[in-house]
Amino acid sequence: MYSPKVMQHFSNPQNVGEISDADGVGEVGNPVCGDMMTIYIKVKDNVITDIKFKTFGCAAAIATSSIITTMAKGMTLEDAEKIGRKDVADELGGLPPQKMHCSNLAADGLKLAIENYRRKLQGLPPKSGVTSGEER
Amino acid sequence: MKKVYLDNSATTRVSQEVLDAMLPFFTETYGNPSSLHTMGQEASAAVQKAREQVARAIGADAEEIIFTSCGTEADNLALVGTAYANRKKGNHIITSSIEHPAILRTCEFLEKEGFRVTYLPVDRYGMVSPADVEAAIRPETTLISVMAVNNEIGTIQPVREIGRIAKEHNVYFHSDAVQAVGKVPINVKKDDIDMLSLSGHKIHAPKGVGALYVKKGTRIQALIHGGGQERNMKSGTENVPGIVGLGQACEAAIRDFDKNTAHMKRLRDKLIEGLLKIDRVRLNGHPTIRSPNNVNVSFSFIEGESLVLFLDMSGIEASTGSACSSKNLKASHVLLACGLPPEEAHGSLRLTNCAFNTEDEIDYVLETLPGIVDRLRAMSPLYKEAARTTT
Ligand code: FES
Repeated sequence: MYSPKVMQHFSNPQNVGEISDADGVGEVGNPVCGDMMTIYIKVKDNVITDIKFKTFGCAAAIATSSIITTMAKGMTLEDAEKIGRKDVADELGGLPPQKMHCSNLAADGLKLAIENYRRKLQGLPPKSGVTSGEER
Repeated sequence: MKKVYLDNSATTRVSQEVLDAMLPFFTETYGNPSSLHTMGQEASAAVQKAREQVARAIGADAEEIIFTSCGTEADNLALVGTAYANRKKGNHIITSSIEHPAILRTCEFLEKEGFRVTYLPVDRYGMVSPADVEAAIRPETTLISVMAVNNEIGTIQPVREIGRIAKEHNVYFHSDAVQAVGKVPINVKKDDIDMLSLSGHKIHAPKGVGALYVKKGTRIQALIHGGGQERNMKSGTENVPGIVGLGQACEAAIRDFDKNTAHMKRLRDKLIEGLLKIDRVRLNGHPTIRSPNNVNVSFSFIEGESLVLFLDMSGIEASTGSACSSKNLKASHVLLACGLPPEEAHGSLRLTNCAFNTEDEIDYVLETLPGIVDRLRAMSPLYKEAARTTT
């Protein structure tokens, strides 16, 4: 059911862990399947210099978290923000239809981490997010 | 790599004796049982022998066995067939909330057809209460359908009490015994069962064959019409090799019942004991009143699909109650009905053995699993929070 790339990222995920002094943290969950993800970023000169994740979820959730961290590393915040769930899925060689929402979780988690980084700069409290899992 | 198959509630391997019994019916005695010539009559005799073998396994008479294509078809025939045939008497059916989809989806279909269905709750061990069954009976109730053994958590239902209640109230009682035959004693006469479904591929016969026992005198309507095979209840040329295989499997299941169930129980208990040593794990289903081959556990903070895939990479084939891979992302309806919170229900793992599994295999699982659990927990954002709150 999963592409070889998904299985590769699932069995050998990149950038697992947390960053204790992260500049931005995005915590998202899908209430339907119960999966949850936290993404941590370090930012320097508007560029994501380090990124890590923790995920409670299915193989697709783990693989999408892993791949999005490899994609976003080194990107400017503006570019990273533009990573959509389809980009994540494409990069993985496709996901089964019922698993597309898992890539949503990863894309939303990253966006939220960036948003929270910006909020932090403005002295605002961080937000946490719920993703619907619905098609968008 | 070692291969350990522990998904026997999904399907079993065909045993050698079943295969040997079936083989001649593919290439030598391949007649149509409806044909008058010798080979046709030989095939017909083989089907009749299988009917007796199946009947003997559940304490029925041979004429009361209808061969079907699978357990699902047997369930559909039992429910839809009696609902339609007894419509004049009433339109109410009682079932449990933890039945197999073959029952639940069929009940939903009947609801659309204007029938009313009561879905009984279960306790935390997945057990239906006979008192609830009795309380749910109304004058218009025609059928009670409660499974004998739950496919996910292995809980054995109080079938005999339910049968007695059904009889007292003059309501038909159907039991889906697909996971029960060969694992728990079941006798349609002693248990007052009017209809019982069973399936070949769960007891070392091939896929594509099942049976429905229908007690003499039960008003039931056919769903498949045609040449009138199986006493008009299931038209279509008989799957002779499959039926022969089912017959042989039933004979073996009864002949070796004590030996096999003792062995399965030993493996099950060894597995449960070993798994419960892992931190934050819970046993789902009843601690003692459970199928000898079923282990179902939930590991907090991790999700079932990931666990099953990692196990598979280590050669261990198991299954999960997490519906993550299906269209419906909700956790197992059985575990939710037992009161598990969704995140726990998503983290469940089902390991079901059979008489062919060995102690060595269980040792291998117990050596392999803790490492996988640790690995997934290290990835889980929930684990750290939990560690924080408990320390
Ligand atoms: S099933 Fe929900 S994130 Fe994968």
